[in-house]
Amino acid sequence: MQERLKELQEEAIQKIEQSASLKELNDIRVAYLGKKGPITEVLRGMGKLSAEERPVMGALVNEVREAIAVKIEAKQKALEEAAVLEKLASESIDVTLPGSPVKVGNHHPLTRIIEEIEDLFIGMGYQVAEGPEVEQDYYNFEALNLPKGHPARDMQDSFYITEEILLRTHTSPVQARTMEKHQGKGPIKIICPGKVYRRDNDDATHSHQFMQIEGLVVGENIRMSDLKGTLEVFAKKMFGDDREIRLRPSFFPFTEPSVEMDISCKICGGHGCSVCKKTGWIEILGAGMVHPNVLEMAGYDSKKYTGFAFGMGPERIAMLKYGVDDIRHFYTNDVRFLKQFSKHE
Amino acid sequence: MFVSYKWLQDYIDLTGVTATELAEKITKSGIEVEGVEILNDGIKGVVVGHVLEREQHPNADKLSKCLVDVGEEQPVQIICGAPNVAKGQKVAVATVGAVLPGNFKIKRAKLRGEESNGMICSLTELGMEGKVVPKEYSEGIFVFPAEAEVGVDALALLNRDDEVLELSLTPNRADCLSMLGVAYEVAAILGREVKLPETDLQSSTEKAADYVKIVVDAKEDNPLYVAKIIKNVEIAPSPLWMQTRLMSAGIRPHNNVVDITNYILLEYGQPLHAFDYDRLGSKEILVRRANDGEKFVTLDDTERTLTSEHLVITNGTVPVALAGVMGGANSEVTPDTTTVLLESAYFIGGTVRKASKDHGLRSEASARFEKGVDPNRVRVAGERAAYLMAKYANGEVLEGAAEADTLSVEPAVVSITLEKINRVLGTDLGMKDVKEIFDRLQFTVIVEQGTITVTAPTRRGDIKIEEDLLEEVARLYGYDNIPKTLPIGSSTPGRLSEYQKKRRFVRQYLEGVGLYQAVTYSLTSEEKATQFALEKRETIRLAMPMSEERSILRLSIMPQLLEVLKYNSARQNDSLGVYETGAVFLANGEDLLPVEKEHLAGAITGLWHSHSWQGEKKAVDFFVVKGILEGMFAKLGLAEGVQYVQAKVEGMHPGRTAEIILNGEKIGFVGQVHPSVQKELDLKDTYVFELSLKAVLEADAPVLQYEAIPRFPSITRDIALVVNKETVSGTLKEIILSSGAPLLKEVQVFDLYEGDRMEEGKKSIAFSLKYVDPERTLTDEEVTKVHDRVLEALKEQAGAVLRG
Ligand SMILES: [Zn+2]
Repeated sequence: MQERLKELQEEAIQKIEQSASLKELNDIRVAYLGKKGPITEVLRGMGKLSAEERPVMGALVNEVREAIAVKIEAKQKALEEAAVLEKLASESIDVTLPGSPVKVGNHHPLTRIIEEIEDLFIGMGYQVAEGPEVEQDYYNFEALNLPKGHPARDMQDSFYITEEILLRTHTSPVQARTMEKHQGKGPIKIICPGKVYRRDNDDATHSHQFMQIEGLVVGENIRMSDLKGTLEVFAKKMFGDDREIRLRPSFFPFTEPSVEMDISCKICGGHGCSVCKKTGWIEILGAGMVHPNVLEMAGYDSKKYTGFAFGMGPERIAMLKYGVDDIRHFYTNDVRFLKQFSKHE
Repeated sequence: MFVSYKWLQDYIDLTGVTATELAEKITKSGIEVEGVEILNDGIKGVVVGHVLEREQHPNADKLSKCLVDVGEEQPVQIICGAPNVAKGQKVAVATVGAVLPGNFKIKRAKLRGEESNGMICSLTELGMEGKVVPKEYSEGIFVFPAEAEVGVDALALLNRDDEVLELSLTPNRADCLSMLGVAYEVAAILGREVKLPETDLQSSTEKAADYVKIVVDAKEDNPLYVAKIIKNVEIAPSPLWMQTRLMSAGIRPHNNVVDITNYILLEYGQPLHAFDYDRLGSKEILVRRANDGEKFVTLDDTERTLTSEHLVITNGTVPVALAGVMGGANSEVTPDTTTVLLESAYFIGGTVRKASKDHGLRSEASARFEKGVDPNRVRVAGERAAYLMAKYANGEVLEGAAEADTLSVEPAVVSITLEKINRVLGTDLGMKDVKEIFDRLQFTVIVEQGTITVTAPTRRGDIKIEEDLLEEVARLYGYDNIPKTLPIGSSTPGRLSEYQKKRRFVRQYLEGVGLYQAVTYSLTSEEKATQFALEKRETIRLAMPMSEERSILRLSIMPQLLEVLKYNSARQNDSLGVYETGAVFLANGEDLLPVEKEHLAGAITGLWHSHSWQGEKKAVDFFVVKGILEGMFAKLGLAEGVQYVQAKVEGMHPGRTAEIILNGEKIGFVGQVHPSVQKELDLKDTYVFELSLKAVLEADAPVLQYEAIPRFPSITRDIALVVNKETVSGTLKEIILSSGAPLLKEVQVFDLYEGDRMEEGKKSIAFSLKYVDPERTLTDEEVTKVHDRVLEALKEQAGAVLRG
């Protein structure tokens, strides 16, 4: 009997090792360990054994069963693992195929520029002020030291609705309104972005509607040197630390002294090229010390208060910064243009 | 203003300063020099030649065969095509080897079989603009005066060995509309002296006042009128140096008398006018306002109809000039003129501007009057012109002048303290520095303790207040030398307002779900202005639009966004979503500003989702756009207050459009664009929304507050209801929510069936109802009790029955 059991064990182990599928393995389990299997049969034959032999044989039977069961278990695990690997192998994909597209739009380039400038000045303690696009002649001109009949306010250049109402030609009326609201008390530190309108024929460099962003600082000790320092911070953050700035005297009715700011040309490094008209400098904005008439009209004592203001065109800045060559692109909204401004910077 | 570098040296020593250096210095201290033109740039080998012989070319009608002495050993043969070439002329010859503008090289050539050794040049061939070339030479070659020396550099003789600075003048610096003004400016920059032009002359014993009487009726328009009389003038071309200076400044030479008036205009900035004294037909000049409807022919032979706003110079009865703008044909100087009445006057800018604008006659003269001339130069400019007419037109200048003078010339006196200068500029200047600057400007200064008092010359009419002095100091001290500082003093908090923050969020959200931001025009056409408008108002029209297409302020953004989709669709981008935030304009009555309301509009067309190689495709539909809005309202904490109500909106699909109600108020709409509109724009199915962003961003949202996560399980019951086709899910949902409160926490549509298996006119909607009690576990019985109440309410209020 002992030999028979050993024989059965070896036979079963061999079959287990040779089995190739879980089904085959299960058949082996049923065949050797099942109620009708040969080992059970051996057990049945134990009745003929002596009382001393019986427990010895019983232990041997269990040993054999245990050995076969352990082997089946191990083989089953191996087969299952192989099956998983095979399944995974069959599931392999082409990872170079494109991903499922995520729909994302982006800011219009002008909004991008405006928000960048807003954030830059917010960081310096400015607030963002807004005002109406349709304005009273008073706020658009008179309050800014441009009385009626002043040559700089030619009717031909503005879109009037009535004699007293027009589309604002700059965002400066927001400054006038803000100063008026402060009732002669400082300090004021604002940045005013928005749409403005002028009677220009639309072409590569002109647009009847365009954006402007202006800044105003009014306080008791605001100096020309503060304007120069502020503009330099702005220019370096906006255009790069390697840019130089230069102020040139200029004229605007609402500031005195008035200046224009140039930045050094990036393309030629200041040596002169076609972009900078061979000057090495590119004009960026107009600025100046707030004209005393403007302060007085808004209720400020110009003996006590001084201020500076500056204004620039986001279109021009976007054109310089991104190399856009035609202002009309900003208002055509061609998606092939718009989507070029998606990169986070 | 064009400033000749050579000419400027008549008034100021420019030794050691090149034209380019000068341009740089002028720009830095206040007047932008837009460019420096080298007049003979790229030209060489052009000499004065003498046409010894001229005969017809044997083989060409329009060509001449000339023998020209160009200062070499032998005269050369040159074939010339100019109609005015003639024997004996002194001409400009580009010899073999010469280079003309555009890198045009002159070579020995054969023209129709005849040898040609060079080219006789017109002024335009030498790089001059056609509009400044004297009329007699405009169709052919230029002819030098007989005394021109053969073989010399023709360009030097034409004053082309010069550089011209183009000054871009701001309106306050009208003083630099003259060579003398520029000389004073350069003198201040360089710290050098100004040399004044020659005016002294021997006048005749006759008195100008005996020839003419000046009467000014309109004294406010013309406070000073000076007339000089020059007798026995000989009309002829002006000297070549004068002609070339005029041409370099952009003015066409005519004859000596007219050229002298233009020369003085450039030299002094004072416009002059020369009348033919004999053609005036009277011994009187009367300056008055024109009569309404009065007719007058200007010297460009155009009849003008005048109004009482226009100032005219008359001979006592009829106009002879439109003051400051243009003379009359009836009194113009002609080749036969012998006596000239020379007008030098001070006309008020506004009056001249009105006339020049009304008649479309902007000239060098009117521009100067408009910006204001120096009252102290009126007389001296007349004297200088008379001097030149004596010298170059052999005229006899009568003594004195006939005048009408009510002009009071008060130079501006302005004081400023040194403390203020340094306080405003942020500098640390001493009184000596400041005084030196005003000395260089040739302003009179008095220094008393810390105050400097300045008397500005009348040529600088822009100096009126303290700040004007500040500006002079700043620009001549140099902006480069002003320090860079940042404002000090009480700090201000930098931040966006709540509204601005939320607006930025809305933009980011919409871009995050796939829309591109567009920026379109506020001005549109009458037709488009009112399309899709949320509120009907009168349109606001520009008084003088540039085109009908841009004449009205928009009442909605939608038409522009649809245009954007159309534009892109026509360029192979027919699946696209865009949005815009911007103002619309609601009229408020004649003299009031309109209400500007910020709107938000979005438009999506074509495929919303497509995954090419996986074959997934989904066109945009109502629920895509509604979902976007729902997400936005949820993010803004407004979801609770928003309702969508089926509605009819013009231009929109009648069955696929909803009004958006926020807290009981209509704020916009969402839906499909009407198929006929889609077709017109050549768009695929397009879904849009437009709403008042202002209403959305200003709506009160509940403060964010944590709500306990339920600790007890919920019980879900699904029901399928049969209702009439017209019954909308929103109504059923409301019934469920109100009848199931407070245990009913959530209700969701999970199925909709409208197919054949339904009875005619009926549909089935299935809801999933979720019951929760935050305090304990609900029993089945408790839920059934509430659930039955819900079913009862549905039956009663909406006739909804459970689907069997
Ligand atoms: Zn450059």
